[in-house]
Amino acid sequence: MAKITPLTGDQAVAEAMRQIDPDVVAAYPITPQTEIVMTFSQFVADGKVKTEFIPVESEHSAMSACVGSAAAGARTMTATSANGLALMWEIVYIAASMRLPIVMPVVNRALSGPINIHCDHSDSMGARDSGWIQMYAENGQEAYEDTILAIRIAERKDILLPVMVCQDGFITSHSVEGVELLEDKLVKDFIREYKPCMPTLLDTDKPVTYGPLDLQDFYFEHKRQQSEAMKNAMATIPKVMDEFNRTFGKSCNIIEEYKMDGAEVGIIVMSSTAGTAKVVVDELREQGLKVGLIRPRLFRPFPAQKIIDAISGLKAVAVLDRAESFSNCGGPLFNDIRAVMYNSEKKPLMLNYIFGLGGRDIFPKDIADVYKKLFKIVSANRAEESINYIGVRE
Amino acid sequence: MNKKGWKEIPIGGLIDEAGSAKKYNTGSWRTFKPVVDESKCINCLQCWIYCPDSSVVVKGQKMVGFDYDHCKGCGICASICPVKCIKMEK
Repeated sequence: MAKITPLTGDQAVAEAMRQIDPDVVAAYPITPQTEIVMTFSQFVADGKVKTEFIPVESEHSAMSACVGSAAAGARTMTATSANGLALMWEIVYIAASMRLPIVMPVVNRALSGPINIHCDHSDSMGARDSGWIQMYAENGQEAYEDTILAIRIAERKDILLPVMVCQDGFITSHSVEGVELLEDKLVKDFIREYKPCMPTLLDTDKPVTYGPLDLQDFYFEHKRQQSEAMKNAMATIPKVMDEFNRTFGKSCNIIEEYKMDGAEVGIIVMSSTAGTAKVVVDELREQGLKVGLIRPRLFRPFPAQKIIDAISGLKAVAVLDRAESFSNCGGPLFNDIRAVMYNSEKKPLMLNYIFGLGGRDIFPKDIADVYKKLFKIVSANRAEESINYIGVRE
Repeated sequence: MNKKGWKEIPIGGLIDEAGSAKKYNTGSWRTFKPVVDESKCINCLQCWIYCPDSSVVVKGQKMVGFDYDHCKGCGICASICPVKCIKMEK
């Protein structure tokens, strides 16, 4: 029987890592991810896992050790945040290009500067083009589930891509909530024994070379293979989630549609802010306003068709980005959504809101104001200024 | 040479065959080629030791010439030769 345990988001992920019992974890602590590494290294010290834990001297080394370990055929994990992710940047791309199924919880934190340890998505949004699959959890429960799901997704033969499991720094990572932990044995059965799909470095009967120079004559073909793997991921991740849902009685989906039946306007937002927005949706629905919420749980690959299906019938949509892209054209989530809607016959009016940078709080009233604005632009049938900011002082 | 498409090659840039570098004729990169004057060569094999591409051919402990399929023409052999019997020629 699964039991509810009071855990922070970080602890929930560390519990998932305990159940996964990876062969190798190479990690360096960084706020607000530290508690994952701290809790997991205690599991190692207490003999609760058989993992070879490598306490490296930097994140660049952490990801480098993970690349070597994964290429050697070991189930491999690490975890990071913000500047740590930035320091491992070079190897983040290499891990994806070498098709190594590394799973990395990322606790979202503002990427300096000025230096800031609190939540926004500027760290992992910078890595959106690195070739990693990216999942964004609303709460600790989901961060836990996504970590388990990520193992199965990453290791599939038709995918073989590393996965980032993102959760909001402090808001999720350090808040205690009741997390339903699945039974150890059932998690083990679900993730299965690891059998690498590619030849491994330590197989002396079949020696291979990983990471050779790849120039004009073959590099492009390898990138094309990565694109194909992302296409396969889009087709396959819902199937893995279905199996997870059937096995554990859950309802994971690549996007969550909250009270979208009959909705006229909607907000699209990822991670913990969706929890706040749901409260507002409930209140406004009680007042008879036809509002709904869409929350992408999967960001890379981008669930384009699901988004089109969910919003093409709406009159207006606001996309809330917890990251600025400095393009003068809005945040990364907004840009993807606006792009996928371009060829849709029916498209709603669309606004973008940048919010919550550096951990700035967003309140239910702010979200209610966005819905109000949406109804206003519907009446005017015009989106006016499409890029807006919530909670910044003028 | 007809190169394979993305569906046919191993993923991730993996090379699934050992020693395949031999098939890559890096000699085509060369501008100047080393030529040995065997009458002056003392067979000290310094060139063989220093060659970064294993392109100095030695048989029966004697330097007998170069593997021009792989020699990139870097000139290290000519530079290291203590009796200056290797010349770099166009």
